[in-house]
Amino acid sequence: MIEILAVLGFPLLGALLLAWLGARPNAPGINVAVSLLTLLAAAALTARVIAEGPLLVLDRQFFVDPFNVFLVALTALVGFTTSIFSRPYMRIEEERGRLTPAKLRLYHSMYQLFNFTMLLALLANNMGILWVAMEAATLTTVLLVSLYRTPASLEAAWKYFILCGVGIAQALFGTILLYFAAERVLGAGGGALLWTELNAVKGQLEPTVLSLAFVFLLVGYGTKTGLVPLHNWLPDAHAEGPTPVSAVLSGLLLNVALYAVVRCKVLVEGSVHTSFARELMMGFGLLSVVVAAFMLSRQKDLKRLFAYSSIEHMGIITFAFGMGGPIANFAGLLHMTAHSLTKSAIFFAVGHATQKTGTQLIDGMRGLITISPMMGWGLMLGSLAILGMPPFGIFASEFLILITAMREQPWATPFLLAALAIAFAAVVSKLQPIVFGETNATRLPHRPAMVPVYTHLALVLMLGLWIPPYLAQWYRQAARLIG
Amino acid sequence: MTAIPFYAQIINLLAALLLLLSFAMLAQRRVLSLVNLFAMQGLSLALSTAIVAYGTAQPHLYWSAGLTFVLKVFLLPWLLHRLIRQLDVRWDVEGLINIPTTMLIGIVLVVFSFNLAVPISELASTVTRSTLGIAMACVMLSFLMMITRRKAIPQVIGFLSMENGLFFAATSATYGMPLVVELGIALDVLVGMLILGVFFFQIREQFDSLDLKHLEKLKEGE
Repeated sequence: MIEILAVLGFPLLGALLLAWLGARPNAPGINVAVSLLTLLAAAALTARVIAEGPLLVLDRQFFVDPFNVFLVALTALVGFTTSIFSRPYMRIEEERGRLTPAKLRLYHSMYQLFNFTMLLALLANNMGILWVAMEAATLTTVLLVSLYRTPASLEAAWKYFILCGVGIAQALFGTILLYFAAERVLGAGGGALLWTELNAVKGQLEPTVLSLAFVFLLVGYGTKTGLVPLHNWLPDAHAEGPTPVSAVLSGLLLNVALYAVVRCKVLVEGSVHTSFARELMMGFGLLSVVVAAFMLSRQKDLKRLFAYSSIEHMGIITFAFGMGGPIANFAGLLHMTAHSLTKSAIFFAVGHATQKTGTQLIDGMRGLITISPMMGWGLMLGSLAILGMPPFGIFASEFLILITAMREQPWATPFLLAALAIAFAAVVSKLQPIVFGETNATRLPHRPAMVPVYTHLALVLMLGLWIPPYLAQWYRQAARLIG
Repeated sequence: MTAIPFYAQIINLLAALLLLLSFAMLAQRRVLSLVNLFAMQGLSLALSTAIVAYGTAQPHLYWSAGLTFVLKVFLLPWLLHRLIRQLDVRWDVEGLINIPTTMLIGIVLVVFSFNLAVPISELASTVTRSTLGIAMACVMLSFLMMITRRKAIPQVIGFLSMENGLFFAATSATYGMPLVVELGIALDVLVGMLILGVFFFQIREQFDSLDLKHLEKLKEGE
């Protein structure tokens, strides 16, 4: 219990502290320190769960099970590494006059608040609180996306706010319907929205209401996950916001939104004994994979390119959870972890690369490897990992998803394979001149943060070769839970 | 057919009023009147919630009614009025589609939502179940308002009135959500509105107008 309070308390207090202190020279350091404390608290929580199993605490309002424990740890970890990356990155941005001290204060405070909302969404047992936390996450990131106050960033933030606002309103309606169905079984009051309670009685929930609720919930949280055709906000928000924000948006927020979808799917599946929820998720997932793969080759902006790649991967994961079964779910969870680590590593490298070349347009970036081999290789290896090259973790999960698809949904396999091949061709052909060839990169005034990039890549490599036994255990248990 | 209790009749009346106000908002061309209509919608929502609380003896709904009253009748309209004064936009509602057509689409949406609500309201045990269709229609109409408006402020009012519709749906289907959730939602709406206020100024500073056609530069390709 103390661990959960610490996991949520550190970022919240950190946000207040950083808002109060303002843009001091040591504010980035405090940001890193708070993120480190959050990570340590998350590690303690993880250790507790390893020792004692699932927790349900504080009047049943918070709970930790194998499904969310690794996501909490992942969120805290990527939150920490991103804060390390953002230290030199934001410093360079400030020196180049793109940021003022007031904006930096807003950035640091909102960064911690954003971490808080994501962790709250993951740990909350109450579906209503989950919704509130997701909406709060939208609000904090709107401010982060519009940080530069350029016309393009304002447009991106506005689009993000309106689209996700509408989406999340659909999810609220879905939550109301869920409560409506639950109230008839569990009685009115706080208990009827608790996921653990709902899960215990899911067989008795009214199937018609739950099917309708799931449509609204999937559309709502799916907008935040970036599923096609609800993905319009995602590339803009990723491309126009500061790069650390792109890294946490892609690496963490999409995961959390998908987590919400899957939690809802478990309930609906238990009540509606048809493949309705599965088919809906598979449809959205496959559409996202295919559309995003085709969009990749049309991108001229490097950050947009990787934003579309995030849509593609969210599609793959949604498809995997849609198929269901122990192997596909296991692969989906593994893919969630590996994608989030790899994609944030790529954004770290991309961030410094755009600073070196002064543009984020693909045509303007050339020959990174000549000036800084570490960064060039980081970007190349990260991209190969995200494209599913062995021996990285994404290869393992994509392979598992593909073989399950071949066995259970053979019709979908050609689409998946074709999309993966198209994505591969598009990304490699665009990346090759950026990394190799004549250079136009310059040296940066501060040492770029390359440690987070390689830490993440090493972890992804490890996931491809060897999954720690307790992690595999959680994946297996969570896969059984998801069904 | 059993007699409908008196308080339920009042609720039905207020529900009808809510729907009427949604249509009025759809037809309104002036931003200031739009804000006033929004405040009236909030008022009828708060009243109907209070009456449900009284009629069904659900004390927690009084809190919800009070919250709606403070937030949606005073605080948000006041914030919007201030914004409009400071930004000096008064005659500012421009639609993408003309108003009669929007109204016709609105009617179709109402029919659709009533049909959608039938299976659910049959299951509901609340006295207010017949108003669920109206709540859904309000959500749909606000949605329509959001997509057919060009300017930023009417879009936001559409968003807020969608929230009204959702609250009404929660009250009529289930006698309201648990209090902690309602508090959270109210907080989110308020914070969202404050952020948007700041945001409007930034947009204006950048583009010298709140017309969203300036915000259509980010496109695919090119």
